[in-house]
Amino acid sequence: METILQMKGITKTFGNTRALYNISFDLNAGEIHALLGENGAGKSTLIKVLGGIHKPDEGEIWVNGKVANIGCVADARKEGIGIIHQEIFLVQNLTIAENIFLGRELRNKKGYIDYKREVETAQKMLDNLHINLDAASLVKDLAIGQQQLIEIVKAVSFDVKILVLDEPTSSLSDEEVTSLFELMGRLKEKNVGMIYISHRFDELYKVTDRITIMRDGESVATVETAAAKQDELVKLMVGRSMESFYVKDYKEPGEVILRVSELSKKGYFEDISFEVRAGEIVGFSGLVGAGRSEIMRTVFGDMRSDQGEIFFKGKKSAWKNTRDAIHAGLGMVPEDRKKLGLVLSSSVSYNICLACIKNLTKFEIINRKKSVGIVEQAIKDFSIKTASIDTLVSSLSGGNQQKVLLSKWIATNPSLLILDEPTRGIDVGAKQEIYRIMNELVCRGMAIILISSELPEIVNMSDVVYVVRNGKIVKRFERDSFDQENIMAYATGGSMNE
Amino acid sequence: MNKSIKRSGLVNIIKTNLGMISILFVMCILLSCLSDVFLSSNNFITLFRQISNNIYIALGMALVIILGGIDLSVGSIVAMSGIISVSSIANLGMPVPLAVLFGIAGGMLCGLINGFLIARFKVPPFIITLAMMNIARGISYLWTNARSIRIVNESFNAIGTGYIGALPLPIVYSIVLIAIFSFLLNKTRFGTYVYAIGGNREAARLSGIPIKKVTIAVHTISATMAAFAGVVLAARMYSGQPSVGEGYEMDAITACVLGGISMSGGVGSISGLFFGAVVIGVISNGLNLCNVSSYWQLVVKGIIVAIAIIFDKLKNRQGD
Repeated sequence: METILQMKGITKTFGNTRALYNISFDLNAGEIHALLGENGAGKSTLIKVLGGIHKPDEGEIWVNGKVANIGCVADARKEGIGIIHQEIFLVQNLTIAENIFLGRELRNKKGYIDYKREVETAQKMLDNLHINLDAASLVKDLAIGQQQLIEIVKAVSFDVKILVLDEPTSSLSDEEVTSLFELMGRLKEKNVGMIYISHRFDELYKVTDRITIMRDGESVATVETAAAKQDELVKLMVGRSMESFYVKDYKEPGEVILRVSELSKKGYFEDISFEVRAGEIVGFSGLVGAGRSEIMRTVFGDMRSDQGEIFFKGKKSAWKNTRDAIHAGLGMVPEDRKKLGLVLSSSVSYNICLACIKNLTKFEIINRKKSVGIVEQAIKDFSIKTASIDTLVSSLSGGNQQKVLLSKWIATNPSLLILDEPTRGIDVGAKQEIYRIMNELVCRGMAIILISSELPEIVNMSDVVYVVRNGKIVKRFERDSFDQENIMAYATGGSMNE
Repeated sequence: MNKSIKRSGLVNIIKTNLGMISILFVMCILLSCLSDVFLSSNNFITLFRQISNNIYIALGMALVIILGGIDLSVGSIVAMSGIISVSSIANLGMPVPLAVLFGIAGGMLCGLINGFLIARFKVPPFIITLAMMNIARGISYLWTNARSIRIVNESFNAIGTGYIGALPLPIVYSIVLIAIFSFLLNKTRFGTYVYAIGGNREAARLSGIPIKKVTIAVHTISATMAAFAGVVLAARMYSGQPSVGEGYEMDAITACVLGGISMSGGVGSISGLFFGAVVIGVISNGLNLCNVSSYWQLVVKGIIVAIAIIFDKLKNRQGD
């Protein structure tokens, strides 16, 4: 196989921080090469160097055997480098074809836009990659996963030879992930080299050929995926062995805190019944879109149910909004921390105090001493890495942001905490930290509902597991009776024997 | 990377407003060269009296903008509440305190309606307050038959023309109000809620923050401040005029934006607003002293505001 990209001795510093040191990385044509590392290990910086956003202090980039002088984004594009970011950068109110030709519209002889030809050409590109979509449909009508595919088609239409995919699956459902991988397979046949960034090991094993592990701005090792073991990769990533990655003590659960009985909401879920006891973690597994988040939002008073009852601490709940639920002793760490969880324009201390602020005020005036006390305690308890309590929460890493969000709810001292995908998009170190915190909380007698799409997390952290499919609970697993395979079988409908 | 955010404390105030302070500094040096009068204490009193009116309105506007909204109705409310107070005294013979209360209550009611409609029906504040802007202006003209109502009443006029020591009352009001609003935004639960809703509405809702109540309160406060400005203005002008206050909403918004209050909500401080208002005040004061015609003043003001904002943006970008 021919090598199409070589990065040699790349070093980059920002002020006093050394972001990259002497990185060497190469990519073959038709290869999928993963970059693996904790948040802050330097993956994004390396990609930005490749994409012309940052200029390296030292080192060379070779493309197709020649030194490439990449000074800006346009240079990178000229060299055939395309980058797919986590966010979607498509214009929602334009069609697929218009998006693909945005900024380089096809024109007819008079100089007007030749929309018909754009649609035809775009349709050919879609067909060519076996994407079953109409090039004349509006982007806003597509699912997120389909939009992601269009991003890739658009990148490839620039005659891209090197494609970078930065956590492309973080907001995709399993089906969408599958079609993404199919597309990647086809690009592979067309000899496109791909750099793939992801925290999900199962994906790395599924699609990548080689893995380069980064730690603290250095490339630690490059291994053949087929020969690499997961625990070895983790060890390389964090620089220490993670013997007990999942921390979970078993304790006899206490009384029933939450009892949900025959809860239904049309179009979302029906006939949902379950129980949560003090001191246990109840896992909710299922595919994205199965209705888990909606069930929990209803329990939390953020959605209204059509039928059914919720009993909290033995009393029937009649919560009109989240405020009532919080008052009763519920907390919920929502799925999307940036959209639903944090006030990014505010500080760490502000975010931590937001939900418990009622307890910190007297005559409406905030007791500064009390709030600083709570914040400093949280920073210590959860080892949140922040310069000060007044640091903007948006400047923290993903893992630390998640810890801020967790401490915000723990500060309200809830009896039941709902965690919706609490470890999504954060690095291994922070993950382990969050598992440790969860274990501590249930040992103190708190009850936790864990919604997660990561099966290992569900299997290793839960006492009881409910599997949700198409808005219904299809299976309840008692402790020690579940494993990844049988949960997955119920989640996908692959198993019908009850 | 580690940008921190703290809104009180002298050092922090200077740090966050460095852009505006340096612009102010340059303008003051320039004007003191162009005019001998500029640096006199008399001129400073005049200057601050001129901007005090804008400060009352801008304080309320700041809350609305930090909440993520906008209030276009304040200019009309200035006129309406001035007229209500003046006509209550001049035409109905009401005692002064009651008339003042009446005028302010009128404005307050407008704000309450604004807030209620925005919170209840989730309509964009821009539209609702635009409607209220027309309604309040219409009421002002109808009430007065489009004529101004004169008022000569010592105790009423004193509201706008009186002094405490050497300080004119309007300046005293603005000092007191700035203190109250800083306290409100930085030290109270209400202030925290305003920042949270403006910064991330969804997160605020999931944190159990009463978004509707806060929205109604903020719009009521904004309109009340405009009404207060209207009463003080009427007292100073010895009359209630239906056409007064046109464009005041824009001056208030300009002061907020110059002061670093983000139009997208969640960000901003009262200290910033203060410097923003002073910059606008110094510009018009300086142009007056230099005998620039009022039409040219508009052009120059516009240009300076645009330059100041760009300057401020560039400064912030370096920080990133």
